[in-house]
Amino acid sequence: MSELTRERGLRLLREMLRIRRFEERCAELYQAEKIRGFLHLYIGEEAIAAGVMPELLPDDAVVATYREHGHALARGVAMNAVMAEMYGKWEGASRGRGGSMHIFDAATRFYGGNAIVGGGLPLAVGLALADALQKQSRVTACFFGDGAVAEGEFHESLNLAALWKLPVLFLCENNLYAMGTALERAQSQVDLVAKAASYALPAARVDGMDVVDVGDATRSAVAAIRRGEGPRFLELVTYRFRAHSMFDAELYRTKSEVATWRARDPIALLRARLDLGEAAMAALDAEVVSEVDASVAFAEAGSWEPVERLTTDVYARRPP
Amino acid sequence: MAQMNMVQAINDALRLEMKRDDRVVVLGEDVGKVGGVFRVTAGLYDEFGEERVIDTPLSEGGIIGTAIGMALYGLVPVPEIQFADFIFPAYDQIVSELAKYRYRSGGEYPCKMVIRTPVGGGIRGGHYHSQSPEAQFIHVAGLKVVCPSNAADAKGLLLAAIRDPDPVLFFEPKRVYRAAKGEVPEGDYTVPLGQAKVVRPGKDVTIVTWGAMVYEALDAANKASVEGVECEIVDLRTLWPLDIDSVVGSVKKTGRLVVVHEAPRSCGLGGEIVALVNEKAFLHLEAPPVRVTGFDTPFPYTLEMEYLPLAHRILPAVLATAKY
Ligand SMILES: Cc1ncc(C[n+]2csc(CCOP(=O)(O)OP(=O)(O)O)c2C)c(N)n1
Ligand SMILES: [Mg+2]
Repeated sequence: MSELTRERGLRLLREMLRIRRFEERCAELYQAEKIRGFLHLYIGEEAIAAGVMPELLPDDAVVATYREHGHALARGVAMNAVMAEMYGKWEGASRGRGGSMHIFDAATRFYGGNAIVGGGLPLAVGLALADALQKQSRVTACFFGDGAVAEGEFHESLNLAALWKLPVLFLCENNLYAMGTALERAQSQVDLVAKAASYALPAARVDGMDVVDVGDATRSAVAAIRRGEGPRFLELVTYRFRAHSMFDAELYRTKSEVATWRARDPIALLRARLDLGEAAMAALDAEVVSEVDASVAFAEAGSWEPVERLTTDVYARRPP
Repeated sequence: MAQMNMVQAINDALRLEMKRDDRVVVLGEDVGKVGGVFRVTAGLYDEFGEERVIDTPLSEGGIIGTAIGMALYGLVPVPEIQFADFIFPAYDQIVSELAKYRYRSGGEYPCKMVIRTPVGGGIRGGHYHSQSPEAQFIHVAGLKVVCPSNAADAKGLLLAAIRDPDPVLFFEPKRVYRAAKGEVPEGDYTVPLGQAKVVRPGKDVTIVTWGAMVYEALDAANKASVEGVECEIVDLRTLWPLDIDSVVGSVKKTGRLVVVHEAPRSCGLGGEIVALVNEKAFLHLEAPPVRVTGFDTPFPYTLEMEYLPLAHRILPAVLATAKY
């Protein structure tokens, strides 16, 4: 365990809390039919996004999953823009065209959520290849779930990145399930570190519930990548506390398993480590909640994409 | 007869055929223990066991590729792709292997299987839970493509598809999975592939459509009727091979054609239907054929109800065609 300054600890705690409160609000807004379609919550997994992002530089790139609200917020995409996107508003990060699974932000080099599982991996390798060709010492951080490991893109991507020694950080968020399928029902090799290492790139397993461990592991992986040592793989072991989406009866896991993991809530763990009292926690919470309130007000006040714009952005210019 | 929705009717067809033919194997993501995200395969795992209902990893190329192998061997796989939008990792296997195996082997190796997958918009699913890619498969010679609009047809067409000697893509309009409720014949029941059905007779305008848009066409037709225009609605049911005779027969009667589909307009099935009608019934046409379709864009989250060719867009097209 590395030394944890109070300042860093509080920053990490705030980030995790931002994601938690944002998503709790999203769940309520979904019930109220303000947010429609599909909603996949990151609750329980906040330590990963909150731990990884501070170790990246503003010029690094991030490729995320469809469960990406936490990635976007921790990367610095404005909460207002994320909430407005959830609503489908024109003021949203992606003009409200995609909603929850499609948050993009060029300003923070956030290359999107992606509702195609595994779809982001090859293009993350391409961003890194471009950096290598352009002699940039930037890193591309690529998030994906344990489920994506079964897709062909995972294998092609790890091979290419390792073969060409590209500056990619593969971040596998192993929450033990892909929808209703437990890892051992989907993988012949359940040791994902061994699987990644078979492509000849250094790989390590990290406690994804410990935000400090996540940060430290990311820091050393990123340093090695920046030194030109090629790709790194981190398996971040975590658990989603909520259902896969808003339509999931969770018949594939037991209540006691969920309770065991909830006992390792990353926010509670860090709070205990920081020995943060009720008053200080309440004050932090109030600040975070007011940011969430403001994002809801922003989204509510937003507008819908004008129908005349429906066919724009398909091509650079509209074909005749 | 029994009252069923489309989910139940498809489930009934799968159960029936799995009982009748022990070569039938269902496979896909969460189709077994969970029973499918839309519950279409619910109960099959308990009834037939894990060798007949196989839970797979997230691996669409693998699902379709292994299904092809099983089909070549002589089993009858019925893989599920969770949403049609996720079929593209398997597109290579479908296009390069499944569609062409019979032809490439000089007719020696048939590849008999049915790929089931939910299709279409209307559930606010956004870009990747809403698309209608049927034309992308029709354009590949060697595949049959089906899309039922109601529970009885879903059962009858699925049983026919599973018994068909060719590979069939079976698109299930998810918007009406539960809403399309109706009388479904009990026991064995097939609807032949390649036969459209007139679901509303009329003398003034022919509307050709399929899947969830049949209901929008009916809605528009009822409104047009108030204005004195009677629509004949042809529900294609099988998109390929196309029952062009039924379409042409109706157009010869009405002289006017409106095709409605959710998929983008350009190079959609509507374009092919219009071309065939022009070739076969040109002199019967009283007005230029019209397409009411999705737009040539990705599928939008917010503007979904503008994108879809719903009744409020079909009606003006019908009235304008009638007045032309
Ligand atoms: C190519 C593709 N296939 C299937 C799906 C449907 N789907 C969405 S999420 C998911 C499970 C993903 O599991 P994992 O990668 O472990 O991420 P988690 O949900 O656990 O965060 C599935 C099967 C999809 N979105 N894309
Ligand atoms: Mg997972």
